[in-house]
Amino acid sequence: MTSPSLPHEAEVMERVQESPSIFTLRLRMTDAKVHAAYRFVPGQFNMLSLFGVGEVPISIVSDPQDEQLFDHTVRALGRVTNGLAALKSGDRLGIRGPFGRGWPLVEAEGRDIVIITGGLGCAPTVAVINYILRRRARYGRLTLIQGVKHSDDLIWAQRYARWAREPDTQVLIAANVAGPLWPWHVGQVTEVFERAAIDPARTLVMMCGPEGMMLAGVEHLRERRVPAEAIWLSLERSMHCAVGHCGHCQFGPEFVCQDGPVFRYADVQPLLNVRGL
Amino acid sequence: MPAPGFLARTALAQLLTALTQAGYRCIGPQVRDGAIVYDTLRSVQDLPHGVHDRQAPGSYRLELSESPRCFAWATGPQALKPLLFVPRETLWHAERDVQGALRFAETVPAAEALAVIGVRACDLAALRLHDQHFLAGAYPDPAYRARRASLLLIAVHCTHPADSCFCVSTGDGPRAADDFDLALSELDDGFLVEAGSDAGRRIAATLPLETASVARQSTAHAESEHAARTQQRRLPSRNLRATLFANLEHPRWQETANRCLSCGNCTSVCPTCFCHREHDEPALDGKTSAHLRQWDSCFTQGHSYIHGLTVHAGTRERYRQWLTHKLGGWHDQYGRSGCVGCGRCISWCPVGIDITEEAAAICGDTAHD
Repeated sequence: MTSPSLPHEAEVMERVQESPSIFTLRLRMTDAKVHAAYRFVPGQFNMLSLFGVGEVPISIVSDPQDEQLFDHTVRALGRVTNGLAALKSGDRLGIRGPFGRGWPLVEAEGRDIVIITGGLGCAPTVAVINYILRRRARYGRLTLIQGVKHSDDLIWAQRYARWAREPDTQVLIAANVAGPLWPWHVGQVTEVFERAAIDPARTLVMMCGPEGMMLAGVEHLRERRVPAEAIWLSLERSMHCAVGHCGHCQFGPEFVCQDGPVFRYADVQPLLNVRGL
Repeated sequence: MPAPGFLARTALAQLLTALTQAGYRCIGPQVRDGAIVYDTLRSVQDLPHGVHDRQAPGSYRLELSESPRCFAWATGPQALKPLLFVPRETLWHAERDVQGALRFAETVPAAEALAVIGVRACDLAALRLHDQHFLAGAYPDPAYRARRASLLLIAVHCTHPADSCFCVSTGDGPRAADDFDLALSELDDGFLVEAGSDAGRRIAATLPLETASVARQSTAHAESEHAARTQQRRLPSRNLRATLFANLEHPRWQETANRCLSCGNCTSVCPTCFCHREHDEPALDGKTSAHLRQWDSCFTQGHSYIHGLTVHAGTRERYRQWLTHKLGGWHDQYGRSGCVGCGRCISWCPVGIDITEEAAAICGDTAHD
């Protein structure tokens, strides 16, 4: 049996610079059989291995139905991600995965979907947005709320503009600080929550971003009577192995890499309110 | 279970011979640097004859007596953990050719057959937990599995618990209940021998065993009973999960953090702590790189580090993570507490923090269940 820690080789087919520090790697497994067998669900992640440097967990942003490529959108921030930023088309890296529990797409069927994200927290939800838009009849209203610190940090502005034109879809974006010609809200993302049309009985919420932002979102949703069972969060913790062995990602009794990264808010509520867990 | 056999002390060397002839490298307790450690056992002379351990919070000392016994001590710092979950090992290698193509190759450990003599009941309980952690999930660990498959376990029932021991309260000792291949009860003139597996029976069949007399059997049992009775420490309950997670803001966490050095000794000596980090070490020629795992501790700054943020920022958060995981989270993860009552974290803590005292302070000293 192969080790759960052994990566497969993948090739960078395309590299897209999304913002000064954010880039997308469009990948293909070099072994055609491995590529054909590769399956994931939105919300799962891969371990990206840069030769001689190390591994990082990164969510998958592409559509699971895309048979050609799978995409990772990464911010160049640390030792490994700065190295990944230097990869060019044709370069190779290692991929292990997919790992973890993704978004509750079956439970979400027939419901209104509200997706609240902050910063690069939007990346793990892009796959789910595309998934829903391609199966539009199965879902109710779609509301996308995204907050960024500075308007320059908003990646995928054209996608958001396109999504805003889709039927039954509302897009609300906020930047704490905005440059010229910023068409969206200037201020905290929490300030646009009230503009979202939410029917608490029909809504399922998916959130990803800084925990403080998610907790502010939860507070607002709870005030609007959205049940704790209908709110889902994607959490982030340190990960080395991604298979529940190394112990770094523990959040209370949960292994975020296996039991998450997507959790039902009702299940982790007592832990989320404690600092430093 | 059939009546145990009796192996005269003078015939103990034949056990080592039988194990060696069966293809095992013998690992056994011996004194090194003032502590009892498990290492390759070349002869019965290497065993700690007449050695006793005196343990207390922050203290581990060996004492000598005229006793002929070689298992008249409680624990050394190691348990079985380093033999199976080795402190540092390479998981895979990557090779990069001149075109930049990568090839990943798994590093499978040479599965050397090991026979460990002198395994304690608490260490067997910890082994069962590590078996669950590394083997029972969706991603069994190949290196652990290879080592585990070729391991022969020769338990020695504990008759000399240290002051730091509390295996009775966790339900894990002092007698090894099962999961051994052979179990020995040490008496002054020899050993009662029980077999717990076919591999153990095959070894036992080669030994000059006499029928164990009723007197010897009752002496062995009386010593086990005495070992259980003399333990002073205990945890408030075998399941503190709910109480611990209901007390995450208890002032005691900070009080303990004021004493705790965050050194990680407790996690190193704990037979169930499994945290490890993974990292890559490229060769100087740039052509190959090794991916290693190495024991890590939840008491380090790096353990919870994510992009500019250390989640467990201070010692309070780190000690809380360790204790709530050990006595709380394990119940969700593996169906029982992660503590087997060996007391190592108490003795090897440089400031003598006592897990039983901390648990009682946070959870209240409720009735034992």
